[in-house]
Order: sequence, then structure tokens, then C-alpha cells
Amino acid sequence: MAQTVAHKGNHAADHDHGHHDPNDLKVVGFWFFLISDVILFSVLFSTFIVLRNNTAGGPDGKELFELPGVIWETFILLTSSFTSGLATLAMNRGKKSQLIGWLVVTAILGAAFVGLEVNEFVKMVNEGAGFSRSAFLSSFFTLVGTHGLHVSVGLCWMIGLMIQLGRRGITETTKGKVTLISLYWHFLDVIWIFLLTIVYLMGVM
Amino acid sequence: MAQPNTHGHESHESHGSVKSYVIGFVLSIVLTIIPLVIVMNDLMARTATFVVIMIAAVLQLLVQLFFFMHLRETEKPRWNVMGLVLGIIILVTVVGGSIWIMEVNKIGY
Repeated sequence: MAQTVAHKGNHAADHDHGHHDPNDLKVVGFWFFLISDVILFSVLFSTFIVLRNNTAGGPDGKELFELPGVIWETFILLTSSFTSGLATLAMNRGKKSQLIGWLVVTAILGAAFVGLEVNEFVKMVNEGAGFSRSAFLSSFFTLVGTHGLHVSVGLCWMIGLMIQLGRRGITETTKGKVTLISLYWHFLDVIWIFLLTIVYLMGVM
Repeated sequence: MAQPNTHGHESHESHGSVKSYVIGFVLSIVLTIIPLVIVMNDLMARTATFVVIMIAAVLQLLVQLFFFMHLRETEKPRWNVMGLVLGIIILVTVVGGSIWIMEVNKIGY
């Protein structure tokens, strides 16, 4: 009995030393969500790669993709990944207005990205290259659209979080949430880099 | 971690600094420009271009993981790293397996 108590006592001390923050557990959980998202995207990427030449006599990537727009999207998303990092830095220094400011910049860049992508999709559909035109286009819209949907959901989350930060300030809860959204945002940037490489760059090669 | 100011050095390591974010940002910009320039100006043969732009994308992934997502700075045991390894194994299996089997199908026609 005494041994168990002593053991427990040691254990508690160990835990204290390793500062067990409930937010740390949430971060690990969120990583596992991101990994499940990697698996989702791996299926969509496979589908696209397998079907990319099945254009059914319709337009292919070389005819459809306009690189200037895609390059803008890329640099906008890269910059927003950087600014979301700056937001977490401001948070760690306890600067609330700076934190919200960087989140606003990140959200505006994210909205610009979604706007450009929607614009690109609308153009393609108007040119007769819609979702149902060919297997290539079905897989293209599913893959790129799923990423765009992720960014849009992230935007809604970010706006909600900015409102909460405005009301409650930087607390343990909001701190955890900012950490998670910035992880999510960096993750979406990584997915986009592979979209750029595999869909667009290899499409126009 | 709860009080970043009390352990200046530690918090510096566990949350990254402006410097590490700027380095990460510059690296990711460079790693984006290289494949763009190569593809838009047709600088290389098809296979070489493919290899170079894939390497650039993977390096970009590593930059984001280490400079922005602080992969190395989580507490041990690093469940996120183990999960990520599993995720990458599944990814390689699904993508590689799909390409492989569909290429064999094409030959079958």
C-alpha cells in the first residue's frame, strides 16, 4: 500500500515536471485528425492521377489551366500560412490586438484565395469544362474543390475564433484554439503545394 | 509552456520565433519559385522536371512541418510523429498502388 502511494506520488511529480496541459492532448488529437485528412486526400490524389488522361475528347489540363491565376493563389496561401504563424507568435507574447490583426490578415488572404479559385471554376464551367464533362474534370473538381472547401471551413472557424478572442481575450481555451487553427492552416498550405505540383504544373508540362 | 516569459529560452524553442518563421517563409517562397520557373520556361526534359518539382514539393512539406508546425518540439512520446509516419505509409500505399495497378490495366487492354 505504502509502495503504491509512493509510486503515485512520484508519478504525479513526473507529470508536473512534464507540464500536462489539456491543450497538449488536444494538439495530439488534432494531429490525428490531420493525418486522417491526409488519407482522404491520398484517395482523391490517386483518383486524379489515374484519371488525368481520360478527357473523353474534352479539354485537358494544358488547354484549361491558366498558370498566372494559380501562381497568385499559391503565393496568397503561402503568405497566409506565414501570417497565421505570426498570429500564434503574437498570442504567445500575450498581445491580443496583434493576434486578432494577424488573424484578420490571414482570413482576408484566405478569402482572396477562395475567390480566385471560385473564379477559376466558374470560367472553366462556362467554357464547357464542367464537372460532368470527363473523368479528368470530375476528379479535378473533386480534388481541388475538397481543398477549397477545407479553406472555406477554416475561414468560418477563424471568423468565429476572432469574435471569441474579441469577447474573452487570450485565455487557455482560446490559446488552444488558435494553436489548432494555425496547424490546420499550415496543413492546407502543404496540401496546396502538392495540388500545384501534381495537378497544375504536371498538367501543363 | 503556460508561462512563456518565465523560461525565455525554453519558450523560444517550443513556439518558434519570428526568425524561424521568416526563414521558413523565405525557404517556402524559394521552393515554390524554382519549380514554377523550370516548368514555365521548359528548362528541363520531362523526367528531370518531374523529379525536380516533386523534390521541391517534398522539401516544402518538410519546411512547413519543421518551421511552421513545430513537429520536433512536441513532448515525448511523439504520437503525432508516429501517426504521421503511419499516414505517409498509407498515402504511399494508396497512391503508389493505384498508379501501379492502373498502369498494368492499361497494358492489359
